[in-house]
Amino acid sequence: MPARRKRLELVCPAGTPAALRTAVDAGADTVYCGLNNETNARNFPGLNFSENELATAVRYAHGKGAKLLLAVNTFARAGATAIWTRAVDVAQACGADAVIAADLAVLDYAAKRYPDLRLHLSVQAAANTPEAIGYYQKTFGVRRVVLPRVLSVEEIARLNQEVAVETEAFVFGGLCVMTEGRCALSSYATGKSPNLTGVCSPPDHVVYEKTPDRRLLARLGGFTVDRFDEGEAAGYPTLCKGQFCAKGKAGYLFEDPVSLNAAALLPGLQEAGVTAVKIEGRQRGKAYIGSVVRAFRRAVEDLAGDGKANDLAEALTALTEGGRQTTGAYRKTWR
Amino acid sequence: MTAFKDGELPKLVKTLLRPAPKLPLAVLLTRAVRRIAVRRSDLIERLGPTARVPIAVMPSDLPFSFRVSLDGANARVDVVTAGEAEKAAARIRAPLLILLGLLDGTYDGDALFFSRDLVIEGDTEHVLALRNTLEQADLTPAEFAGLGGPAADLVNRAATELLSGARRLVQAPAPQKLPV
Repeated sequence: MPARRKRLELVCPAGTPAALRTAVDAGADTVYCGLNNETNARNFPGLNFSENELATAVRYAHGKGAKLLLAVNTFARAGATAIWTRAVDVAQACGADAVIAADLAVLDYAAKRYPDLRLHLSVQAAANTPEAIGYYQKTFGVRRVVLPRVLSVEEIARLNQEVAVETEAFVFGGLCVMTEGRCALSSYATGKSPNLTGVCSPPDHVVYEKTPDRRLLARLGGFTVDRFDEGEAAGYPTLCKGQFCAKGKAGYLFEDPVSLNAAALLPGLQEAGVTAVKIEGRQRGKAYIGSVVRAFRRAVEDLAGDGKANDLAEALTALTEGGRQTTGAYRKTWR
Repeated sequence: MTAFKDGELPKLVKTLLRPAPKLPLAVLLTRAVRRIAVRRSDLIERLGPTARVPIAVMPSDLPFSFRVSLDGANARVDVVTAGEAEKAAARIRAPLLILLGLLDGTYDGDALFFSRDLVIEGDTEHVLALRNTLEQADLTPAEFAGLGGPAADLVNRAATELLSGARRLVQAPAPQKLPV
């Protein structure tokens, strides 16, 4: 009889209080969310939590045995750090279980002001070496690192042997270009970036236009980033997933419009020493949150029980970008 | 060969509704959104500047569109022609049952956009603000009708059954909300 394994912690997104309730009810161990300002990397109109809503959300999560993490993971602006420090104060006051941060000033403030507040290092910090992770751990007491989506499962296993903190790995949702926290593509086209203002491809710079031949053009900051034939699956209007001409050939130069699905790799990630697995998508609706969280809850339970993996591909295809899925860098099979 | 495709209502519905008077529908819908806007001021706050921007909601299988403004107590819904709706700053277009599925949480807006079942045009910022606000709203058919108590439960259950049956009939995309 196979030995029962320790359950992976399932970390799930919520862009609204209603989505948080959906995630918790669907089986999330932990939910992460952000305040409705530029302190987090999903600063989109109509999204996120007011301070009061956050306090209520913490009570709801705790009441159901779940944890709540507050993402304060953009980089604070010189001379205007007050909203970032305020966000850390709010997390502490509300009883959030941890703050997810990347910026040195934010980490420093949180570590000094609230030594008991648990700190997780955001993927935006792009810490993927034992030296970098060790620095954040020793300097700020960071307890967990969200791993950049650039590592293979084998690399994660080696990394985990050399670090003294927990690691968290993305397993489903949108993929970011491979220098997380250092992307200038959105800034180039619009003057706003996910790292500083919390918006990749800000919607006030996005225009969709139908052509007379019934194609759909996606424009970002005046640039046409992609063109879809009628009925062709579309993706997010980001430059990294746009089409470019290189050497006389047009195509997806940086990344295809495709979603990460590493459900089949859960056993490998667990073997590699990962503590928690994370679902991306604070900008997504309750239908996405509920379905993806429930599917991964089952996968995590199956893994803890009989150790079997389930790729969940069929169940989740309809929710993926471009209608396609990839295991991303975990298998590094792309061109 | 089937009479239904892509979640659209049969063409006959469009033909039958074409001569229907638009004003009573506009009055009913305006009354409903004003009731919700007054009761749920948190939603208007969440909408931000978008509350003052008329957004066109264009059911592709109806002979008319809706121009929706959610400015608190001044909220209103106008029933307009497709040509008039095209002038709105932001436009959302899909079959009626899919649009209703966005309201009740059956579908995820991004997924419908990826699959091209939902078309967004104009200022994306306003469409996104509206979508995110509706996600938080958790609106039910009974709330639109101004019902509460046991009658509300009854209406909500009946509407859910009716809508899922209709979606199956017209071959709308499968609900993205998996069964519990």
